[in-house]
Amino acid sequence: MSQAFEQQCRERILAASAGAPLLIQGGGSKAFYGRPVQGEILDTRSHRGVVAYEPTELVVTVKAGTPLAELEAVLAEKGQYLAFEPPHFGSEATVGGMVAAGLSGPRRAQAGAVRDFVLGVRLMDGQGQALNFGGQVMKNVAGYDVPRLMAGSLGQLGLLLEVSLKVLPRPVAEATLRLETSQAKALTLMNQWGGKPLPIVATAWEKTGEGESLTVRLAGARAAVQSAQAVLGGDVLERGAAAAFWDDLREQRLPFFPAAGSFGATGSAGGPALWRLSLPSTAPTLELPGPQLVEWGGAQRWLASDAQARHVREVVEKAGGHATLFRGTAEAREQAFHPLAAPLLAIHRRLRASFDPRGAFAAGRLYEGL
Amino acid sequence: MGDRLPDSPDFATDRAALLAGLGRILPASRLYGELEDLKPYECDGLTAYRNLPLAVALPETEAEVQSILKFCSANQVPVVPRGAATGLSGGAMPHHQGLLLSLAKFKKILKVNPVARTALVQPGVRNLAVSEAAAPYNLYYAPDPSSQIACTIGGNVSENSGGVHCLKYGLTVHNVLQVRGYTMEGEPVTIGSAGLDAAGLDLLAVMNGSEGMLTVITEVLVKLTPKPQVAKVVLAYFDSVTKAGNAVADVIAAGIIPAGLEMMDKAATHAVEPYVQAGYDLEAEAVLLCESDGTPEEVEEEIAAMRAVLEKSGATSLRVSANEAERLRFWAGRKAAFPAVGRITPDYLCMDGTIPRKNLAKMLLAIADMEKKYGLRCANVFHAGDGNLHPLIMYDANQPGELERATAFGAEILELSVALGGSITGEHGVGVEKITQMCAQFTPEELALFHGLKAAFDPAGLLNPGKAVPTPARCREYRQIRGEQA
Repeated sequence: MSQAFEQQCRERILAASAGAPLLIQGGGSKAFYGRPVQGEILDTRSHRGVVAYEPTELVVTVKAGTPLAELEAVLAEKGQYLAFEPPHFGSEATVGGMVAAGLSGPRRAQAGAVRDFVLGVRLMDGQGQALNFGGQVMKNVAGYDVPRLMAGSLGQLGLLLEVSLKVLPRPVAEATLRLETSQAKALTLMNQWGGKPLPIVATAWEKTGEGESLTVRLAGARAAVQSAQAVLGGDVLERGAAAAFWDDLREQRLPFFPAAGSFGATGSAGGPALWRLSLPSTAPTLELPGPQLVEWGGAQRWLASDAQARHVREVVEKAGGHATLFRGTAEAREQAFHPLAAPLLAIHRRLRASFDPRGAFAAGRLYEGL
Repeated sequence: MGDRLPDSPDFATDRAALLAGLGRILPASRLYGELEDLKPYECDGLTAYRNLPLAVALPETEAEVQSILKFCSANQVPVVPRGAATGLSGGAMPHHQGLLLSLAKFKKILKVNPVARTALVQPGVRNLAVSEAAAPYNLYYAPDPSSQIACTIGGNVSENSGGVHCLKYGLTVHNVLQVRGYTMEGEPVTIGSAGLDAAGLDLLAVMNGSEGMLTVITEVLVKLTPKPQVAKVVLAYFDSVTKAGNAVADVIAAGIIPAGLEMMDKAATHAVEPYVQAGYDLEAEAVLLCESDGTPEEVEEEIAAMRAVLEKSGATSLRVSANEAERLRFWAGRKAAFPAVGRITPDYLCMDGTIPRKNLAKMLLAIADMEKKYGLRCANVFHAGDGNLHPLIMYDANQPGELERATAFGAEILELSVALGGSITGEHGVGVEKITQMCAQFTPEELALFHGLKAAFDPAGLLNPGKAVPTPARCREYRQIRGEQA
């Protein structure tokens, strides 16, 4: 099965060219993300299934077209999970797409990002060669770390065939607390707590019709969660409501996030665009038009705004961060990602050329002409 | 041995022109060209491999680094960056036709930010110095390689160093937020950010473990971690290495992620005990050190769980550290394992293979057979939780043939690591030492991609050439020899 799929991909890659490139796609759940690109779809979904899973090794190897939900169910059976809590953005989400998009969920600040859990990949490069990098072990410094480089590469370097991921046991205990507080005060609190040995695994500040609140998730040993609850105070959310809140945050279903289709171009009358601002956690409240939702202890902030892209980027860059136009019209997403300094852009171009010298994979998802 | 770099292209460096050119950038006090000044730089922690550079430069400022790189780039001179040279794979061994660029003068801690929980440091800052500077804020830098007293952050990034606590707290790659530096062409680059990610491809991921072959690092922003309130370690003794190896899997299977999970065999405890008086049981065939950290309640809960699992796995006796002094003493033995073995043998080679945990016992038995086959002793120290092995092969370089036998012994361990589903190196890097074994782990096409990746950062191939990634010619020869043996 794998061999037939790989052979088929190889043939298509060799037949493709910069003029008629391939667009790698899993479930298409993150097709909204990044610059709009055209290409003939190379669908990975027939390449699915768990290749190897040994809970005591804390490693799972899966084919890239495996539905993410299926993988999570397999892990849950053994009391394990993906600690970076990837967003799905639709039931069709695949494991390959999860790695290629490189997006992580509410636990990211504490647990790490997708890239921190990628141990190995089997990929097909732009010349149709199936290559293995990394492996199934926690520590591996033989050769450059290509597996982690694939996280967030958005199909620009090659086709993911299989990925090996580090998995972790689910925490024994969890609790979610909610405190009423302004954004400025929430930022101060989150940074103070971050410096203490508290089992905080996720935070979210938002302003709703009911007021401004900071929601905090604790997880770990039972005793640690209990003692932290006493330190932090606030109201305890009921289990079901807490789980629903974190799921809705991760999947962008909270009222803060307008329905996916309704986003307009920045600065136009079509409605606000959704920006993802990545910042030092200590950056102060940013003065930008539109509501914000703060995650990751202050390091990830969502902004629904119709401000000019240039203005958003200037403000964020001054605060030491970078801004991604996460959801918006195709026109607005022409510059989805923060511009790179010239020497880095040159490295990006040469990297792409070394992975895909013939331009078999549709270029430009990250940056124009790349 | 290894006094040349066969995987490097030949460079026609003019020594006099190099010294003259660098002399316009650096004062004579920070530029060496005479044999007696070059000699201390001829090797790193892998002393079996030596090479003299044409010159050694000790820049103090980023502007000097940039000028040096621009000069070398314009004149096709290879450059080998070097930190504290504690590396164990020859990654900082000089190039005989090139410049050794020491970052030893870059030893300032520029800023410790307790609120952001970060430290901005120059690459020549020692690993432990970061934790010391962060200590007043109850923070520390988590990766703790055994060489942490001496090794520097720049080198840690280049090797993606681990330590005894990385199962829970991650490797260097998980604890570095941003690096600044210069490409070989002298272009300034900032990779990563003060946030949790950066725009574009994740170049920070490839910087970690790049063995000084992609860019020269002049500044590193590291993440600091809150110090756990309490830590305790369980010593568990076993009457067979197989049982100890299986106990490691049992601990993980119970849903426990220890702060540290280390193993030593009898040969290692016998080397260590007279050196540090840790109080190890010398009758046991193997000892596991299993650490828990967190709040006092959390640690009590976890230690109880660890005890239950280890007893069930057949531990012959258990000891829990009663206080911090005892905990440090238990660890002292493990951390001093390399120098302790160094005391009982004239020379040793330290291997660094990584294997799936389930194969630990199988590997130990195979090593015992290899000891007989090669007629050399081997002490085994493992980061068991990560499946990272450090067999210490003891030999005497003054005895004809012993180094060759030790090298073959080591190569067999590494090749078995690959065959058991692992890697030839977990944290020490490939350098010059394991470059041949790269041919066992990777296909020619995979190695070609590594060369392409390097060229993306360093198109002229001047930064630390001839290391880490073998030439196709070396691998053709390797496969031919293996084919004949098979």
